Parts: sequence; C-alpha cells; structure tokens
Amino acid sequence: MRFTIFFHVIAAFILSPMIPGIINKVKAFFAGRKGKPVLQMYYDLAKLVQKGAVYSRTTTWIFQISPLVTAAVGIIGVMLVPLGNTPGLLAFSGDYILLVYLFGVSRFFTVLAALDTGSPFEGMGASREVQFALLAEPALLLGLCALSALSGETSMNTMVISLQAGTRPVLACAIFIVLLAENARIPFDDPTTHLELTMVHEVMILDHSGPDLALIEYGSALKLWAYGSLTASLIVPQGILSPWASLGAGFVALLFVTVTVGVIESIMARLRLIRIPQLLVGATILSLISLILIIR
Amino acid sequence: MNSIFNFLVILLILLNFRLISSSRLMPCIHVLVIQALILSGVAWMTHQGHMSLHLYFMLVVNVFLKAAVLPWMLTRVVQKNIISRELDPLVGYSPSLIIGVVLLGISVMISRPLSLSHTLIEDLFLPVSLFTLFSGLFMIIARKKAITQVLGYMVMENGIYTFGVAMAIHEPLIVELSVLLDVFVAVLIMGVAIFHISREFNHIDTDRLSVLRDL
Repeated sequence: MRFTIFFHVIAAFILSPMIPGIINKVKAFFAGRKGKPVLQMYYDLAKLVQKGAVYSRTTTWIFQISPLVTAAVGIIGVMLVPLGNTPGLLAFSGDYILLVYLFGVSRFFTVLAALDTGSPFEGMGASREVQFALLAEPALLLGLCALSALSGETSMNTMVISLQAGTRPVLACAIFIVLLAENARIPFDDPTTHLELTMVHEVMILDHSGPDLALIEYGSALKLWAYGSLTASLIVPQGILSPWASLGAGFVALLFVTVTVGVIESIMARLRLIRIPQLLVGATILSLISLILIIR
Repeated sequence: MNSIFNFLVILLILLNFRLISSSRLMPCIHVLVIQALILSGVAWMTHQGHMSLHLYFMLVVNVFLKAAVLPWMLTRVVQKNIISRELDPLVGYSPSLIIGVVLLGISVMISRPLSLSHTLIEDLFLPVSLFTLFSGLFMIIARKKAITQVLGYMVMENGIYTFGVAMAIHEPLIVELSVLLDVFVAVLIMGVAIFHISREFNHIDTDRLSVLRDL
C-alpha cells in the first residue's frame, strides 16, 4: 500500500512535464498538424538548466527566490494530492487548506517577482493574475469544503474516497474550471502567445532565464499535475479496492483530464477579459450548489 | 434508478442557473425545451408504479405544449422581432447568479420543515420546485425585455408543475389542464402582443412602455 503512494509521487516528479506535451499533441491533432514531440518540455528543461541566469540590476533577492518557491510548492502540492483512491504521501486533517494556500504563496511570490522587475508590462500581468486568483480561490475552497462537509473528513485522501456519486460531477466541473484558470489555460489565458492583450501568466515570467525559468516551468507542470489529479480523483469511481488497480484508474482519469484540457483549448477561443470573472463566478456557484445540496 | 433521478434533479438546478445567467434568447428557449422534457421524465418516473390513463394524457399534452408548441411560437417571435439577446438587464448576470444561489439556499431552508413522507420522491424535489418557481419570478423582475419576462413566466409554470408532481399523487386532470391552457393562452397573447408592440414602437423594452400616453 505504501509503495503505491511513493510510486504516485515519483511518477508525478518524472511524468509531470509530459502533461503539457500531451495537451500540445491533442491540439496539434485537432489542427491537423504533427505537433511538437510529447517530450518537448524535457528538452526545454535540459536546455535551460545548462544555461546561466541573467539578472537585471534593478531586481532584488525576491526575483531570485520566486522560482525556488514555485518549484518547492509544486513538489509539496504533488505530495499532498491523492490520485484516484490512492492517498497522498503527506496526509493529515485539514491538508486541503494547506494545499490552497501553498499555491497562494507560490502565486504571491510570482507576482512579487514580476513587480520586482519594475516593468509595467509585468505589472499588468500581475494585476490580472491577482484579479483572477481572487475569484478562483473561493471556488476551489468552497469545493473542497463541500467535499469535507459531505464526508465529515478534513483530509483530502479520506474525503475523496468517501464521496457519493450524485454531486461528484458538479464538483469535478467546478474544480476543473479552477484548474483551467489557475494553470493559465485557454479560456482564461493563452500560454502560447506573446501578445500584450492575451498574456496573463506568461508575461510575469518574461524576465526569468536559464535555470530559474526551468524551475518555474517545472513547478507549473507539477501544479498542473496536482490540480489534474485532484480533478481525476473526483472522476474515478469508488470501490476499486486493489491499490495498483486504483492507481491505474487514477492515471487513466488523469490522462482523460489532460486530453479534455487539450480538446477545450482546441475548440474554444480565449474569453474576453471582462467575461472571465463571470466564468469564475460560475465555478464558485457550482461549488456553492454542491455545498447546499450536501448540507441541506 | 435513484441516481438517475438525482442526476435529473441536479440538471434541473443547473439549467435554471443557465437561464438566469444567459443573455442570449435562443439558448434560453432551448433550455426551456430541455426542462420540459426532464420534468415529464421525472413525472413519469415518480408515478411509474401507478400510471393511469389521464396521467399519460397529461404527460403527452405537457410534452407537446411545452417542448414543441410554445418554443416554436417563442422562436417565431424572436425571429420576427430580430432580437437575439437581452442587452441591459436590471440586474447584471454575475449578480443574478449570486442571487440565484441565495434563492436556492432559501428554498432549501423553507422546504426543510415540510415533509413529503407520503410520496416516493426524494427530499431534493421540493426545494428544486421552489427554486424553479423563484428563478422564474426573478427573471420576470430582473429583465427588461418583454420576451425574457415571458420566458420567466414559463419557468415559473415549470416550477408549479414540479411542485404539483411533488405534492400530489393524484392531481386532478382539470386543474392541471387549465393551468396548461392558461400558460398556452398567455404565451400566445404575449407573443402576438410583443410582435405588435415592437412593430409599433420599434422596441420591446417594458421600462419605456410605462411612459406611453396618448398625444
């Protein structure tokens, strides 16, 4: 049993850069292109690690510490989140609050580093990021609270497992929307463009280079993995008792979530900036509905 | 069986939120069609053991009117008036969503003391019927265009129908039919009226209708 838990964490460390690759492949398939190789992010990371970092003279230590925080938060986040019926490596009561605020800390440091460069362009990205985060956070917290109220548990592992079927899809939708918002995916943010109008997350890491950029990219891949496996845990049906089978089901569900992200990126355009808050309010409403349905 | 029932009821809630939050009229009409189909399905499922002839009749009339005739008429009104969306609602769409959640909470709260022990129905059913009623009422209050108010009226009727399904095992045929006839006639008259109003005044904004007067 313990071994499957370790296996999940190690798989997350090794495989998480593949998730953006799979998303890119799905998008390429929809566009009728061949697309980048699935392992492209590994090559990028290897290339970045070999380079040296360049720091602007206006930046302070905050600018240098923020990539470390992003990567560290990603690593802890992956350890906290369960996949399928396999519990996370670190589990204690109330760990879902820690998860939400860990990602909050990482975002805080990214925003601080963006402001630290003194570039107005990065400041604009930081402002947008904070605005969306403000709306995405209640959706995630309320969703996890609904999970907690339903199961009477306060640890993510136990509450995902003891969840009844009816409200699962609603909660999964809410957390999936939060996933798209928090990981700078298409209805909220276009990760592939470098246009002033469309950038939110990308703009904040423009001034990072070399190993710092590699840490940020790796951290965001781990973050995507953490949110993805949280969503996947809500899709995996209960009652798969064998640890390896449940882990396998978790991986299949994670793959499904990844492909869904790719499909959504292919068939949707990026929303206008003023429409984004409405979608995030919608996610919050979904969480609230499931909370009301649970505690009625 | 039970999980399908729960799924349908939750879908009903989500459709109500879609109605409240959408500014486009055609999707709203489609939502009404889906809602009518779901309601008929739910009514059929709750009365499955003891379906009588008049219940079948009711269901057929219900589906025919609410999922075919009324949407067709509303679609015609929308197309003839060349309107596709409600542009300046009295309450914006995000606040509408939040008010919708408050309404859902209220309907859950007030339906808690009412017990439905004599029916087969889940305890989720009563709050949902109340919520449908409230959201229809809210649409009538919070939107300016006459056609959106008609939609709200139809949602309200759906709520009343759900309530009837929840509360009464043997609902009288005459009562239900007369309610349906009411709605039919109301939508018919409102459709014609909206068409004429918009042809005379070039708009169907009810706010501006209140300042009409003879010369």
